[in-house]
Amino acid sequence: MFNYTFHWNQALRALPQMLDGALVTLQIALLSMAIGLACAIALTLFRLSGNRILGGFATAWVEIARNTPALFQIYMAHFGLGNFGIHLSPYTALLVGIAFNNAGYLAENFRGALKAIPDTQTRAARSLGMTSLQAFRYIVLPQMLRIAFLPATNQMVWAILMTSLGVTVGMNTDLAGVTQELNARSFRTFEFFALAAVIYYVIAKAVTLAARLFAARMFRY
Amino acid sequence: MFETALSWNDLAFLAQGAAMTLAVTAVSVAAGTVLGILFGVLRFQLGPYWAAPLTFVLDIFRSVPLLIQLVLGNALQSIMRLGWGPFTTSCVVLSLYTAAYCTEIVRGGIGAVPPTTRRAARSLGLTWFQDMRYIVFPLATRVSLPAWIGLTLGVMKDSALVLWLGLIELLRASQILVTRLQEPLFILIICGAIYFIISFPVARFGGYLEKRWSPND
Repeated sequence: MFNYTFHWNQALRALPQMLDGALVTLQIALLSMAIGLACAIALTLFRLSGNRILGGFATAWVEIARNTPALFQIYMAHFGLGNFGIHLSPYTALLVGIAFNNAGYLAENFRGALKAIPDTQTRAARSLGMTSLQAFRYIVLPQMLRIAFLPATNQMVWAILMTSLGVTVGMNTDLAGVTQELNARSFRTFEFFALAAVIYYVIAKAVTLAARLFAARMFRY
Repeated sequence: MFETALSWNDLAFLAQGAAMTLAVTAVSVAAGTVLGILFGVLRFQLGPYWAAPLTFVLDIFRSVPLLIQLVLGNALQSIMRLGWGPFTTSCVVLSLYTAAYCTEIVRGGIGAVPPTTRRAARSLGLTWFQDMRYIVFPLATRVSLPAWIGLTLGVMKDSALVLWLGLIELLRASQILVTRLQEPLFILIICGAIYFIISFPVARFGGYLEKRWSPND
C-alpha cells in the first residue's frame, strides 16, 4: 500500500528538541491565558459599568475576537501593527494574538456565568455597605470564576492548539516551529508532524486532567 | 494617509479568496455534519464502552492543532499516492475535524431527549427508525442547532489555516496583496471586515435561536 519507508528514528532522535519546543508552547499558552483572563475580567467590568464608551469598547473587542479567525488576529499583531511603527517579534505577536482571542472568548463565558448569579446577591452586598467594586470582588467574582472554570479549561486547550499558528508568522522555537524547521531540513514531514501531534495530544490531555484535579480540589463545596 | 494603491481588481481578488473560504467551509461542513450525525448516533447507541475506540479517534481530532492535522493529511495523501490537490486534502481534513465536533453536538442533542418520551413512542408502536425520525430528530434539533451554527462559524474561521497547503483563500489572498502593495494594516482590516460580515450576522442569529428555543422559558 505504501511505497514509502518510514524513518521514525530520525523523528525520535529529534525528540529532545521537540520537547524543548513543547515547553515554549506551554509557556505561551499559560502566559496568553493569564493575560487573557486579566483582560476578560476588565472587559466584564467595562460591560457592567454602564459607561457607554467602555461598554462599547468591550463589546467591540469581544465581537472582533469571536468573529474573525485567530490566525487573522495574529497576522494583525505581526503585520498590521507595523503601520504604527510597532514591530513585534513572532513570539510577542503570537502572544498578543492569542491573548486577544482568549480575552474575547473568556469575557463571553463570564457573561454567561454572570447571568447565573442572581442580581439580588449584588444588591444584598451593596445594602450591607460594600462598594460596587467590593461587591464584585468578594461576591460575584468568586462565583463567576467557579461557573466559568470548565469553559476556561476548554479555552486553555484552545490556546495550546492556537500556539501552533505561530509557525505562519515565522515562529521557530515552539513545538510547531521546531517541527517545521526539522521538516525543512530532512523532508520527513509525516514522521516529524506525527510525533508533534502525539506531543500536542499528550499536552492537551495533561492540561485537561490537571484542570479537573484542580477543580475537584478547589470547588469541593 | 487615505491614498491607497488598492484597485478594483485587487478587491475582486479578495472576493475570490472569500469565495474559496466559503466553498471549503460549505463542503467540509456538509460532509462533516453527515459523518457527525452518523458517529453521534453510533456513539449514543453503542454506549460508552463499545464506542470507546470511536470516541478516542474523534478525540484526537479535537486535541491536535488543525494546522498539524492539515500537514499530516497532506503528507499522508502524498505517501499513499492519492494525488489529491490542496482543495481535496483541505476538505477531507476539515470534514473529519468538523465531524469530531459535530459528533459531540449530536450526542448531546440525542441525550437531551427525555428517555420517557422515547419509551412512550416505542410503546405506541413506532419502530426505532420512526422514533428517531419523528420524536428524537425534532427535539434534538432544538438543542443542537445553535451549537451547530457555532461550529459552522468555527470551521469557517479555522478554514483560514488551509493557506498552509497553498490554497488561496481569503487570508492568503490578503497576504499576497500585502506583499505586493505594502499596506498591511489597510488590507488586513478589509480582510477582517469580510470575515466579520460573514460571521457576525450568523452568530447573532444563532444566539437568537438559542434564546428563543431554550427549554423552560
